Order: sequence, then structure tokens, then C-alpha cells
Amino acid sequence: MIKFFLMVNKQGQTRLSKYYEHVEINKRTLLETEVIKSCLSRSNEQCSFIEYKDFKLIYRQYAALFIVVGVNDTENEMAIYEFIHNFVEVLDDYFSRVSELDVSFFSAVNQVFHSAWQRTG
Amino acid sequence: MALKMVKGSIDRMFDKNLQDLVRGIRNHKEDEAKYISQCIDEIKQELKQDNIAVKANAVCKLTYLQMLGYDISWAAFNIIEVMSASKFTFKRIGYLAASQCFHEGTDVIMLTTNQIRKDLSSPSQYDTGVALTGLSCFVTPDLARDLANDIMTLMSHTKPYIRKKAVLIMYKVFLKYPESLRPAFPRLKEKLEDPDPGVQSAAVNVICELARRNPKNYLSLAPLFFKLMTSSTNNWVLIKIIKLFGALTPLEPRLGKKLIEPLTNLIHSTSAMSLLYECVNTVIAVLISLSSGMPNHSASIQLCVQKLRILIEDSDQNLKYLGLLAMSKILRTHPKSVQAHKDLVLQCLDDKDESIRLRALDLLYGMVSKKNLMEIVKKLMTHVDKAEGTTYRDELLTKIIDICSQSNYQHITNFEWYISILVELTRLEGTRHGHLIAAQMLDVAIRVKAIRRFAVSQMSALLDSAHLVASSTQRSGICEVLYAAAWICGEFSEHLQEPQQTLEAMLRPKVTTLPGHIQAVYVQNVVKLYAAILQQKEQAADAQAAQEVTQLLVERLPQFVQSADLEAQERASCILQLVKHVQKLQARDVPVAEEVSALFAGELNPVAPKAQKKVPVPEGLDLDAWINEPLSDSESEDEKPKAIFHDEEPRHAKQRPPEADEQELARRREARKQEQANNPFYIKSSPSPQKRYQDAPGVDHIPVVQIDLSVPLKVPGMPMSDQYVKLEEERRHRQRLEKDKRKRKKRERERRGARRHTSLHTESDEDITPAQRVDIVTEEMPENALPSDEDDKDPNDPYRALDIDLDKPLADSEKLPVQKHRDTETSKSPERQDVTVVEKKSKKPKKKEKKQKEKEREKKKKKEAEKGVDLDFWLSTTPPAATPAPLPPGFLQEEPGVNAAVTAPKEEPRGEEQDAGEDAEQDLEKKPSEQKKKKHKKDKGERSKDKKRPKKRAPPREGDAEPVQNGALREEPLPPMSSYSLLAENSYIKMTYDVQGSLQKDSQVTVSMVLENQSSSFLKNMELNVLDSLNARLARPEGSSVHDGVPVPFQLPPGISNEAQFVFTIQSIVTAQKLKGTLSFIAKNDEGSTHEKLDFKLHFTCTSYLVTTPCYRLDVPTDGSALFPYL
Repeated sequence: MIKFFLMVNKQGQTRLSKYYEHVEINKRTLLETEVIKSCLSRSNEQCSFIEYKDFKLIYRQYAALFIVVGVNDTENEMAIYEFIHNFVEVLDDYFSRVSELDVSFFSAVNQVFHSAWQRTG
Repeated sequence: MALKMVKGSIDRMFDKNLQDLVRGIRNHKEDEAKYISQCIDEIKQELKQDNIAVKANAVCKLTYLQMLGYDISWAAFNIIEVMSASKFTFKRIGYLAASQCFHEGTDVIMLTTNQIRKDLSSPSQYDTGVALTGLSCFVTPDLARDLANDIMTLMSHTKPYIRKKAVLIMYKVFLKYPESLRPAFPRLKEKLEDPDPGVQSAAVNVICELARRNPKNYLSLAPLFFKLMTSSTNNWVLIKIIKLFGALTPLEPRLGKKLIEPLTNLIHSTSAMSLLYECVNTVIAVLISLSSGMPNHSASIQLCVQKLRILIEDSDQNLKYLGLLAMSKILRTHPKSVQAHKDLVLQCLDDKDESIRLRALDLLYGMVSKKNLMEIVKKLMTHVDKAEGTTYRDELLTKIIDICSQSNYQHITNFEWYISILVELTRLEGTRHGHLIAAQMLDVAIRVKAIRRFAVSQMSALLDSAHLVASSTQRSGICEVLYAAAWICGEFSEHLQEPQQTLEAMLRPKVTTLPGHIQAVYVQNVVKLYAAILQQKEQAADAQAAQEVTQLLVERLPQFVQSADLEAQERASCILQLVKHVQKLQARDVPVAEEVSALFAGELNPVAPKAQKKVPVPEGLDLDAWINEPLSDSESEDEKPKAIFHDEEPRHAKQRPPEADEQELARRREARKQEQANNPFYIKSSPSPQKRYQDAPGVDHIPVVQIDLSVPLKVPGMPMSDQYVKLEEERRHRQRLEKDKRKRKKRERERRGARRHTSLHTESDEDITPAQRVDIVTEEMPENALPSDEDDKDPNDPYRALDIDLDKPLADSEKLPVQKHRDTETSKSPERQDVTVVEKKSKKPKKKEKKQKEKEREKKKKKEAEKGVDLDFWLSTTPPAATPAPLPPGFLQEEPGVNAAVTAPKEEPRGEEQDAGEDAEQDLEKKPSEQKKKKHKKDKGERSKDKKRPKKRAPPREGDAEPVQNGALREEPLPPMSSYSLLAENSYIKMTYDVQGSLQKDSQVTVSMVLENQSSSFLKNMELNVLDSLNARLARPEGSSVHDGVPVPFQLPPGISNEAQFVFTIQSIVTAQKLKGTLSFIAKNDEGSTHEKLDFKLHFTCTSYLVTTPCYRLDVPTDGSALFPYL
């Protein structure tokens, strides 16, 4: 099960966040900073899965933008990893060469996200 | 009006839209917070306007701000306003905002129910879609209850777009409103075969999630999923299905056998790593569930390990990580096959990635044996030394301790080595796990008696070395070991070689910088040491020295009296007074050593961690009852003493000496001794038959070679564990030689005709005997300890509510709540309200249906046959093609034996059954002899017909009478139109009955009798008796004669009805039967009780022997008495 989906840039600014379990707003900010911190601390030669508290973070970096998905331990890590790329491809298609700026205008991204998400389940 | 609109649109031109806001935020990098608060003020203004477009724009901006971490819950009502906008673009914004910020605690959420319902039934699929998407994020139990029925209807929407969303959201509904699961399940199941792959995938997802929590309910779907698995090419769906199978196999090993082959095929063929990984995972799960003995068992495990090795060797770190993760799953059950890859795992320990190293560490845990423990730990120790990050080093530390202490230290052959390792670990700077090390030290010292001398010497060295004390301020973690060191030195002071020196070390002024709880232990153990020294000195008649020691204490203890820690302070002042008293006595030359050491007489034994929990509560003791009524709240607040080891190692906490004044202390000691003497379960310190650490191998016990290790390695400063490794090797070598010698002798003896079996000479794990003869003192358990480990499940787990038996029939009360005003709409659909009604109306619709079903049948024949195959049958055959072959009609009739063992309860919707019965009846009356064949045909048709039907009706089987579970009480009287017919009635009781055939035991029918108490009396001791005929007999409990009655398993309070079932054995199904019977009971009311009787005639028509076909698996009585086989 996916718990949340985040798009955060290297400066730690959230570009898109989507929670599938209610998290209080101040805890969200805290969580997001911690998540991005743990992602930034990793180098390219490290794997894309981080064990974080009681769930797993799966992240991918596209230029300065991180896409992080928090899942519980029953999820297939590799599938989520592939899904992230799938999502980015869809975005790229939609915006024709997507950039962070596009993502920051988020309502369209939300739409894309929903449809992409539902396709893959 | 028009002017207003124009004005509104002009206003809007000057409003910021979302893009302006985003740009603005980017342009105000320095004073972002200020800019945003300004924006929020503007938004508040905009929300006050009437124009919905302005509002929507404002809410849109708020949603963005919410994402940035600003609280927008104050705008909840405005969000609802925007949600109810008629224009889709606004509505979408509203729902998006709601999905982002609404949650169960949002109070305005209840206002949305009707709006959402309206949107759900909107003609535009996008309105419906957006409502579904939004609802999925903020559904509450109330919303779920109110909307479940609407959503369920949407599951059969014409647009796959909606169906897909509706199916997905049902999962959330189930979580919030578990009662909806059973009514909705048939339709959900149907969606597994939806023509649209998206819907299918959604349904797979939902069932997969459901099944992961309560797999047993979904076992009956296995054949369907199997088919999907072998036919689907969508990797996303495949992953989910395979994951689902992983959850199911532990319940049904035969399923696992069936799965192995397609899974291994997939492993070989797929190029998608995620799918490969999932397959490997499930194969592992399958292999775990299978007991060994399968021929190709080891082949598949080898395949998995091989594939995983490829993953681990891959340069992609992600694959490496997953490979190790999966490997650790194999390790649990097949350690041997993983141990072969030890080289690989050790290599991963050097990986650049920390997560990979951690996974490799996990694997090491299962790879150690007596043989390689020292070697592995040595390697880990080198890693500890060069580890850069503290987290990883801490992890290493805990792993070392885990590895060594696993399953009661079974791999440790030399505890001196282990103690040295622990002591070496204390050199780690800044670790958080000081307490872990301390706990291990205590545990080993207490439980391994032979090691105490060595442990004490090491501990005194620790106490002596300044580095721990000095660092107490900066690295708070590691000084915890001093707690253990002080305690061990005090408790086992008789083993100390230079107690005086240790005593002085413990009384150094620097000690006062240690944390309070450690100081407290210091104080207590100083006295223990002191008692030991006193005794030693008095025995040596060295009064002078004894007085000097006392003087030392009197001088140094005041530093603890001034301690900031209450505990340390209290203990110190008590003890100071005690010592002063002793000093006085000493001045008068009174021998005091005996009395002082009596304070600490007796030995502490380890207590099992769960001992307290396992003491059974004596009968009649209510622990929750107040002994005295509480006076006031404030007084009952008790301060808990800070138990430092409480969380990690409760048994140590319990061993802490009670703090009390000396008399109390002495008294308690005495009492304890007394108690120990009286308690037969107490393990005395005297050598009692204790569990030996490790039994020597072989039938004949080989005495362990005693190596002189009693003089421990005197290493100044820190001991080096490495030396032990060498030593151990030598020892083992010697042992081996010794053993070889003996073996040779033995073999000679054997050759001479001894009947002992030869043992091969390989140095297996068991061959290594521990260096010391180690006693691990067994932990104490209380008398009458309950054997079970009651690891309670989390009562708050939301999934527990979903543990619902899906095979039970649907009861009336379980229907999803339907809104009244929508009733007309729902009943528009051709709903089969009641069988009798349909039947009576005309046969026209039926004929139509028949025609249709003829057509359908041709199409669906194949499918049906497959679907119809009993799970059991499906599992018992293993056709190489993996897909169950389509069965010819009537197949099962020729082989009724297939149904003999039904594992998963099969079900039978009552409506269908009745219908089929009626159907068949018409034919039967003409040609009773052809009954069987005909019936079967009908059943087939019936089933295909039913497959279509549910799409048309909203809640299934509305108004149908459902059989109540045997023994279950039912409040409301039976619905007027039901298949139950009146049997007999008097002023007390009304009996209605229904007869069902049973193919499972083909000569039996089950009579379900509903007994309704119509009087104001309490009816009990009900007994049913029937005069058996030649053809029909009542099945009676074993041992009773044909004239005995069968007791009804319940009593009836006034106004209550309940159902009982009776089984009759039938000889011939072509003759109708009438059986005379009596129901006797005792009616009890205020006046007294009377014995009453009610006669009845039970009528068995030929049709009542018929067995009907289920369409859904949902509706089967599970109580075994009416198990219907799946035809």
C-alpha cells in the first residue's frame, strides 16, 4: 500500500504531495523535510530504497527533482520504482519535455497523476 | 443582476489566480511567509464573495498553500461550497481541496453526504469520477455507511472509467464500514472478469489488499486468480495476483504445489525485474508453506537462490538490495541453501551502500554456526572499527550482540571470548547501545555460572579504567556498562581478586559525574563489596585493615549523599548510617562481618522475561475491582521509579535490590531466604540438576577435555578477543585429535561387534564442544505458568474488522442501507424481490430468460465448467497445462466423489436454489425418472442466468428469506414471503420449515425448521421426534434409539425465533413422504412450567430432494449441517 507520494526539489521545496493516509499538516512538513533529507544524503551508488521508521521510501531523482513514494512493507519495491518512471514518462508526454517549473503548476499534474495512478492501480 | 455578473468578472480580472500565486511565491524568496499571509488575507476576502468562480479560484490557491504546509482547515465550509458548484471545473477544484485536507476529524464532512450522492448519480461520468476520487481520500465510517450502496451500484456502471474508480474506492469503504464487505463481495468478484483490463486490475488490487489481511476468506477465489495469472500479460496485475497467492499459500499447501510450475516459468521468462522479484518472493512463501518431501522442491529453491545471486551480483544497487532482502526470507526456512553463498554476503558487507550492508548483516544472523561465529564476529569487529557513521556502527553493534546471543547463546562455545568482545565493544565512542552491552554482560554473568570469575575480573578492570567514567558526560550511552560492571563486581564479589582495589575504584570522586541510576547501583554494590572485604579481613583477624575499609567508606560515602539523584542519595545516606554504626561496633571489637554480609545473603536467579505475565489470575480474583474506593484523583498518582533496564530486560530490573533501611533490608533478605527454602520451584544455588548447556553429541557421552583456562588471559588494559580465536582453534584442533583417537578406538570396538551405529567423521556443528562446561541457569517461571505466548494482536488494527466470513449467507440485516427516496429508482431495475412472486406472475419473463440463458450457456459453457470446478478438485489435479481443462456437462455427476472433501465452504444463494427447484419441479412432475439429468441441466442454465442478473439489481436478494445460522437468534419475525412453509402452530409456538437436498451425502436432506415463540412463556427443553418411515429416517445422535427425540440446541425467550436443522436419511427419492412428528417442550412462565406438545406432519415432496446450484459463493451456511457441494 502506498502511503504518500511526494515530489520535492533539492532545496527541500515540496512540488507535489499526495497522502493516502491522513497526516496532520504540521507533521507533514516535518515528514517531508526528513524524507528529503534522507534522500539527499544518499549518493548515486546507493540503492533507491530507504527504510524509514515503519515504512519504506522509494525514490528516484530526475535532475533536481526527487520523487519519493512511501509504502508499507508489503509493497513490491521494484514495481513502485518502475511506476515512478512510468509516471514521469506520462508527465513528459503531457507537458512535452517536462521540467520542474511545469510541475510547480500543480493542478494539471494532479490530473495526470490521477489518471496515471489509476492505470497502474 | 447582469451588472453584478459583469462586475464579478471584472473583479476577477484583478484577482490572483493560482499561477500568479506560484509566481509570486517564487519572486518573494526572502519574505515568503509574509507574502503568503498576505495572500491568505486576499483569499479570505475572495471567499466572502458570492461569485462561485472567485471562490473556486480562492480554494484552488488554498489547496496549493496547503500543500506547502499551511493549515487551511478553516476554509472547510468554503470547500464544500465549491464542491457543490454545478460547473465541473469548479467542482473538481472543490473535490481536490477536500481530498487534500478533509479527514475523519473534519466536522463539516457530514454536510457533504447528499452532495456526494448527487454527484455519484450525476449523468456526467466526470462528475461521478471526481466525486469518487475525492471521496476515496476522506471517506469516514458515516459516509461509507451512507454511500456504500450508491458506490456498489456504480461498480456496474456502463463506463469502465467509473467502474474502475468505484471498485477501488470500495476498498476504503470496506475499511471504514466492514459490514459492507459481505453484501458487496459478489459484485467485486464479478469485476475480476470485467472486460475492461483497468477494472479487472482494480478488482485484483482490492481483493489482493483484502486478502493480505484475512487470506482464508479468499481461498475459494484461487482458481479464478490462477486463471487470471496464466492468461494475463499485464505485469502490474500479475504482480498483485502473485502477491495474493503468496498470502494464500500458507493456508493451502496444495495451492502452492500448483503454483510452483507457472511461477518458475515466469521466473525464467520475464524480463521485468519487479515481476521476477515478486515471483521469487511468492515461490519462497510457497516453499515455506510446503513441508519438504516434494520432489522438485529443492530445485525451485535452488532456482530462487540462483536468481537472487544474480540480482545480488548485479551492479544495480537496487537489485542487490532486493536480492539480499529476499535472501533473508529464504534464510528463515532454508538456511543451508543460503549459507552456500556466505562469500557473497560477506562481500556485501563491504558495499558502499549502507542499506545493502544492513541487509547483508541481517543475513549473517542466520549464517553463523559454532564453527564460524568467532570468525564472523571478528570480521564484524573490524567493520565496527572502520565504520564512519554512528548509525551503521550501532547497527553493527546490535547485530553482533544479536548474532551471539541468538537462541540462548547456542553458537557460543567460549564465553570468555564473548565477554572480551563485549568489553571491546565498550570502547566504541558515542554509541547509543551501552545498555544493550550492559544487559548482555549481566545476562551472561548471571546465567553462565562458570564464567563469573572471569567476568568479575573483566568488570573490575572496566571499573578501574578511567575512560568510561571520564567520558560519561559526552557519550552518555556507553557509561551504561558501568551499571553492569558495578553490579557484577558487587554481587559476585567473592570472585574478586583484589576487592579493595575495586572498592576504591568505585568510590572515586569522579563517579559522581555518572548518571544517577548508575550511582545508585554503585552505592549498593559498594556495600556488597564492603561486606565481602570485612568478612575476608575478619577471617584473617586483621582488625586494623577492617577498620580502615570502614573508614574509607565513611569518608567517601558523603559524596553520594550529596548526589542530585534521589535514589543514589537515599541509598547513600542509609548506608552511611549503617557503616557508621558498624564503625562503632568495630571500635568495641565486636565482630560484625557476619551480620553485614547477611544483608546480601542468598543468590538471585534469573527470572524469565514473561514470568510475571504468565502467572495465572487465581479464580475469583478481579484485578480491576477497587479494593477501596479511590479517595481523590490527585493522591492516586504514583511516581514510577526510573527503571533503566525495564524496557529492554525486565528481568534485570526485577533484580535490583530493594532500597530500604537496613532493618527492612535484612528482614526482606530473611523472608526471601525463607521463601526460597519453602519454594520447591526455586533453583537453589547448590548444584541442583540444572539444564546443561549443550548435550554432548553421540549416544555415549564424551567428557570434555579440560583445558586450563582458569587463569584468564592477563592482558593489561583491554583484553583482545582475537587471542581467543587462536586459542579456540588450537583447542578445537586438540579436541578433534582427541576425538579421532577415541573414534578410532570406538570403531575398533564396533568392529568387534558392538551394535552402535557408526558416525561419520565430519566436523559438524555439534562436534564442537564448548570450552567451559557452561551451565545456563534456566530462567524461573512462576508456578502454573501458562504455556502459551499470548502475543496479543493489536486491537486497533483496522484490518481486523475485515476478518469477515465471506462464505456465510447474507442475512437480511446485512443489506446495505438504502436511502428511502431512492427506493423507487433502485426498484426500477428488474429486481427479483421474491421467488414466489416472480413465479406466480407469469412464466413469460422466465421463458425469455430461458432463451437468453440458452444462448448464454453456449458462450459461457467453458467458463462455467471451469468456474464450477470445486476448489478441492481444482487443487487435487495437476494438469500440466496448469489451466483446469473445461469439463463436459455432467462431469461431476459421473464423479460425485470429487465433492466428498470440500475444503472451502461452498455456498448457495437461497433464491436461486428455490428457483431452480421450482424450475425442475415442472419437469420432474412429468418425468421423475429423468430427474437427475434434467436437474443438472437446469442448474447449469440457472447459473449462467444468474451471472448476468446481479448487474441489474442493486442489493442482492432483497426481501429474500435467508436461512439463519443455526443457533443464531433472530429478532424480527420471518418475512411474509419466504420459502419456508408452515408446519404446525399452537398458542405457544409456530413452526415453519424448509427442506433442502444435500448432494454431499447424497441420501440426505436437511430440514431447516424455524421455531417462533408466540407466547409470553420461556420455552426450553425442546425436543423433536419423528416417527421414522421405511424411506425416511431422522438422523439421531449416536447411541440413541429410533424412538428417542433429537434435542433442539437452543431455548426460546418470548417472541424470539430461531432456526434448527435436522438431517433425514432418505432411501428413495422418487417417493414423496409424510412423516408424523412431535415437538415437545417445557413452557415456563410466572405461574410455573408446563410440559407441552405440538404434533406436525413433515411433508417431503420429490422436489425437496433436489440439489441446486449456487451462483455466488457468498451464501452458504457454514455450520456443516447444510453444506452444499459446488456443482
